[in-house]
Amino acid sequence: MQFEWMKIPYSLLTLFIVVNYGFLLNALIAKIGARVGRRHGIPIWQNYIDLIKNYSLRSSITHGVMYYLGPVFRLSGGVGLLLFVPTIYDSVMFSNLSFAGDLILALYFVFFGTLGMALGAAESGHPYAAIGITRGLSQVTASELPFALAVFAVALQYQTLSVTEIVAAQQGSMLHWTLFTNPFAVAAAMLSFLGSMMRPPFDVVLAPQEIPIGPPTEYHSSYLALMQTNRAIFPIAKIVVYMNLFFGGASNWPVFFLKVFLIYMVSVLVGVVFPRFRVEQSIRWFLVWAVPLGVIAIMVV
Amino acid sequence: MKEKLEKRRVAGADEFGIEPLRDSCCEVPSTVRPTAQFRKQELEKRVVTGPDGIEFEVDPLRDYYCEAPPTVMPPAYIKIVEDLFNWARAESIWILGFGTGCGAIEMRPLMTPRFDAYRYGIQWRPTPRQANLFVISGYLSVKTLKRAIRSYEQIQNPKYVVGLGSCTINGGMYWDSYNTIKRLDDYLPVDLYITGCMPRPEALLAGFMDLKKIIRAGKAEGANRYAENFDWYKANQKQVIHDWDMPDYSW
Repeated sequence: MQFEWMKIPYSLLTLFIVVNYGFLLNALIAKIGARVGRRHGIPIWQNYIDLIKNYSLRSSITHGVMYYLGPVFRLSGGVGLLLFVPTIYDSVMFSNLSFAGDLILALYFVFFGTLGMALGAAESGHPYAAIGITRGLSQVTASELPFALAVFAVALQYQTLSVTEIVAAQQGSMLHWTLFTNPFAVAAAMLSFLGSMMRPPFDVVLAPQEIPIGPPTEYHSSYLALMQTNRAIFPIAKIVVYMNLFFGGASNWPVFFLKVFLIYMVSVLVGVVFPRFRVEQSIRWFLVWAVPLGVIAIMVV
Repeated sequence: MKEKLEKRRVAGADEFGIEPLRDSCCEVPSTVRPTAQFRKQELEKRVVTGPDGIEFEVDPLRDYYCEAPPTVMPPAYIKIVEDLFNWARAESIWILGFGTGCGAIEMRPLMTPRFDAYRYGIQWRPTPRQANLFVISGYLSVKTLKRAIRSYEQIQNPKYVVGLGSCTINGGMYWDSYNTIKRLDDYLPVDLYITGCMPRPEALLAGFMDLKKIIRAGKAEGANRYAENFDWYKANQKQVIHDWDMPDYSW
């Protein structure tokens, strides 16, 4: 197979669009949350200013090599997830570097950032970071389980591990979406989605009022800026996977923006209604409610 | 600079009828290590046996903290870049969520719909590493001063200090208390005072707007002032903190 070098600038263009959309979307979600509380909230461009501010800090300290690499791993997890999954279906420009078996790679990248963060936060030596990362790893593992089951169900259903082919199989009508052809898999995956978005009821990892923000407690200046960038990319990249697997993908940017926003809002709506779970509660919740749905999805297929 | 500060401190002391610091307290400890009588057991150097049977030496004061004094870090880029950075610093002020005195109660309403400081780019961070602004909210007892110093030193350059309420200026209603400090500027470099007892949240917002102007003009160099006059600040801090059981500088 010949590699087309033109794919690299195209992928960077996708990345550029997604980063900016991510920053604006995060601010918009914060604003919506603020309006629910009858506040005005942050300006829509606040995330950009915070980013410049963090890069412009004059001093920074390090706790060791893994402390450096933690945010780098986290960012590469987000960027990797985005780049190996087609962003816009049937578009030469925005199919990125997707290939035949990209679904497995995507599953790996979802977990990759958390692992990198675990190593980095552990080296920072702060007890709150250790508590946060312990919670994070156990919760992410529990919430990945139903998602993995749902992905297997979808792969069995379409008899392929290529995201592009799964999207292709869902074209034609809304009723061809996995949402309608395999609702159990989508239900299991959406419950798992709540667990990975760092929003209530599953935000005990950061828990700002309890363990001062957990894993990133020691991170500052450009380390923190890298992680902020990832906070813009990673949710979008993850939603792109969901959109491609379960909601028919997107064939152009306006549809993409709309679908990503709506899928994101699912976690926001749940988050503003329900209070925070403790770790053992959330793990039990995933095992009791989400995993059986995933098992049913595989059996039905 | 150092002499000027010294003069001002003594002059200020006369003005407010406060005893100059030098006369009131014990002598300054000369070494980094705390004297034996104040040293806590958990800070002692000791040999620990790990769960795998390996013995290793632990020296908490040296293992966990950095003792290197802060250095002056002047603006490093050309003017247009520094202007952009100063604008970003002014529009994104992250406050350390550490309330030292009763004034902290006046910060809470700023997060609520009535005052909503978030719309001005002001947010609260739970860890000093990520904060830029330290609001000393009201009186500062000597015990809290110790924590305030360590929190301040963990904030990264550039960092700002706002003294909230009269207590940070001249001791306020605690002017004759035996265990609160009277002039915050003697212990930490203050960029701005917000007067009142207590100032209303509106006054705080107005103060933050003034701080933004100072930052934007590139004049909020408190961290560098602290580094420049490090010995002077340390001497003052050690004069009031008697059980100094920490390194001179904890990052």
